[in-house]
Amino acid sequence: MSEFLEPFERMLESLAPPAAVRAIEAGGNADALWDGLAESGFLDALVPEERGGAGLPLAEVGALWQALGRHAVPVPVGETMLARALLADAPDGPIALATAKPGVGIVVPFGRVARHVLLDIDGTLHLVEAAGEPTGVPGSLAARMRWDAVPAASVGAAPAGGLRALAAILRAALIAGAADRLTTMTAAYAGERVQFGKPIGKQQALQQQMAVMAEDMVACRIAAQLGCAGAFPPSLAAAATAKSVTSAAAARIAATAHAVHGAIGISEEYDLQLFTRRLHEGRLADGSESYWNRLLGAARLGDARGSVDYVREVLS
Amino acid sequence: MFDTLSLASLPDADEAIRPAIRALAAEAASVAGADRRVRSWQGYDPAFSRRLGEAGFLGLTLPKRYGGHERGPFARFVVVEELLGVGAPVAAHWIADRQSAPLILNFGSEAQRESYLPRIAKGEIFFCIGMSEPGSGSDLASVRTRAERTETGWRVNGQKIWTSGAPHCDYMIALLRTSGSPEDRHAGLSQLIVDLKAPGVTIRPIRDLAGDEHFAEVFFEDVDLPADALIGEEGEGWKQVTAELAFERSGPERIYSSVVLLDTWIAHLQRTGRRDDPATLALVGDFTARLGVLRAMSIACTARLAAGESPVTEASLVKDLGTAFEQQLPAAIGDDLAAHPDEPVNAELYRALLYVTHVAPSFSLRGGTREILRGIIARGMGLR
Repeated sequence: MSEFLEPFERMLESLAPPAAVRAIEAGGNADALWDGLAESGFLDALVPEERGGAGLPLAEVGALWQALGRHAVPVPVGETMLARALLADAPDGPIALATAKPGVGIVVPFGRVARHVLLDIDGTLHLVEAAGEPTGVPGSLAARMRWDAVPAASVGAAPAGGLRALAAILRAALIAGAADRLTTMTAAYAGERVQFGKPIGKQQALQQQMAVMAEDMVACRIAAQLGCAGAFPPSLAAAATAKSVTSAAAARIAATAHAVHGAIGISEEYDLQLFTRRLHEGRLADGSESYWNRLLGAARLGDARGSVDYVREVLS
Repeated sequence: MFDTLSLASLPDADEAIRPAIRALAAEAASVAGADRRVRSWQGYDPAFSRRLGEAGFLGLTLPKRYGGHERGPFARFVVVEELLGVGAPVAAHWIADRQSAPLILNFGSEAQRESYLPRIAKGEIFFCIGMSEPGSGSDLASVRTRAERTETGWRVNGQKIWTSGAPHCDYMIALLRTSGSPEDRHAGLSQLIVDLKAPGVTIRPIRDLAGDEHFAEVFFEDVDLPADALIGEEGEGWKQVTAELAFERSGPERIYSSVVLLDTWIAHLQRTGRRDDPATLALVGDFTARLGVLRAMSIACTARLAAGESPVTEASLVKDLGTAFEQQLPAAIGDDLAAHPDEPVNAELYRALLYVTHVAPSFSLRGGTREILRGIIARGMGLR
């Protein structure tokens, strides 16, 4: 476990409590939160030491990303870490990530609160100012963006495998962190809520559902760790495994969290929705399970090894 | 929650034994078609088990003074993975190596260790587990088969059922009632080693729906056992069984039961050149991603064993997820093949598919049912 995880998590607890998350989702100013994060130095976690960063291995940064998910942090911290690692001369402020085709409108996670977007168009990276339309989804921090022409200036070639693969392992870690928080919240609620004269967590039917939720949650954690276990940028297999397994589980985990909480979980004032909304948006961003499964399936079918050898060798 | 289940890697020293076990496994697998190899840990071949013992691949975790090799659970993971990955026939020694030997090492007397462990490590003696009875399945604490003290030891009367491997085994480690009544539940249960060649033991194989006879009914009629048949403490059987089940549930066997079928299907897709059907590609990718994650989860669980813990909850979690995967494979592969009715499916693949399809329900029965495992996980979540 990273020595940085505990201080990082403590910082998030103090900088991004649920009230701050709600305020920023409602359109409030995120500067104070961002300045606090920038001062901490964590935004340069992935920047090599010779360029003044911390040079942390991807595996350790993956643990920090899961912590961002556990706290529903409403600014693109992981995205900015990646952008600062990729860019020789990164600008200040939050940076979102996008992979797009010219003329095709896409939804960019954190587009509403980013100052810049690092954009991958056909394998070339561009740094552009963030400008987009709201998605119209209440509470969402994403923005709808479109680039009709390829921006003139490039900041280099996209990393091998494309920016989407890097974004996918980040998204997987954020899902895993939110899943962890939701499982804890759901088990705690089931232990407190009394119906038919006993806590609903004593009902076998609910216990069985929550056991499956815990299985999915641990699978998300391990999948996210696999995504960050190898090289930077990740292999296709690492990115696909991480995003596929977390995306498929995200929908199930959100469903069980709501089923156990009943009506209170649907309400805005209760914190559950901060996390279940993120699970669904994270699943839809940077390729769902079927997108990555098709890519991984094609790679697997082109390989003569047995399945056990395949996963052992491509995921190490 | 369940924070200790975290990514772990196999140490280099344990990876180093992979080539040798791989060569042995390939030899055994090369002489059997896919429809035999899908049986994997139901495949009985005592000569192969003895060869594994001679080559030093059994009793890996046992101390050297008992014929073992003083390797950790990671080494055993590598060996098991290589054997199951190709469907080598491992049923003969499976239970003795996986759980009887650790049980005897942890709870047995010095004399029992010296007597049984070296022979298990050589692949000379095979064990089965006597847990289920006609009236005791998931409710294991209700066992009725009784061992009563005599002047020379114990006398056993009663019946076990669904005992895997009993027709081929030398010994059974039986969970028996040594005091009280079934109403006393966990109290009064003990574990005894039963020599299956003892007078009064009758074994009647039960044919399964796939035509195999791997499990059996075992009857005990005034079976006299010596005093040293008792393992561990009298009355501590429940505690010992719980520890034993962590070994049974935590290994990679809980994710690889259908992997030979998966590879046979992928080879079919490669042979027929069907590589552009989006639904098939997504299915292959889904299975590959989940297999990779389940393998990592199984290694994470093995790391808890290696740390000296008894990961009862973690093992249940990995087993439940693993068996769900194993059971979805034949259903989805059957659908994929039959979605292409004009494509030839060879007889071997068809038999392999239907074998796994028919036995798949047992994956979430053996070693603890899905519902029992989820109950254990719920307890670990603080819900009960």
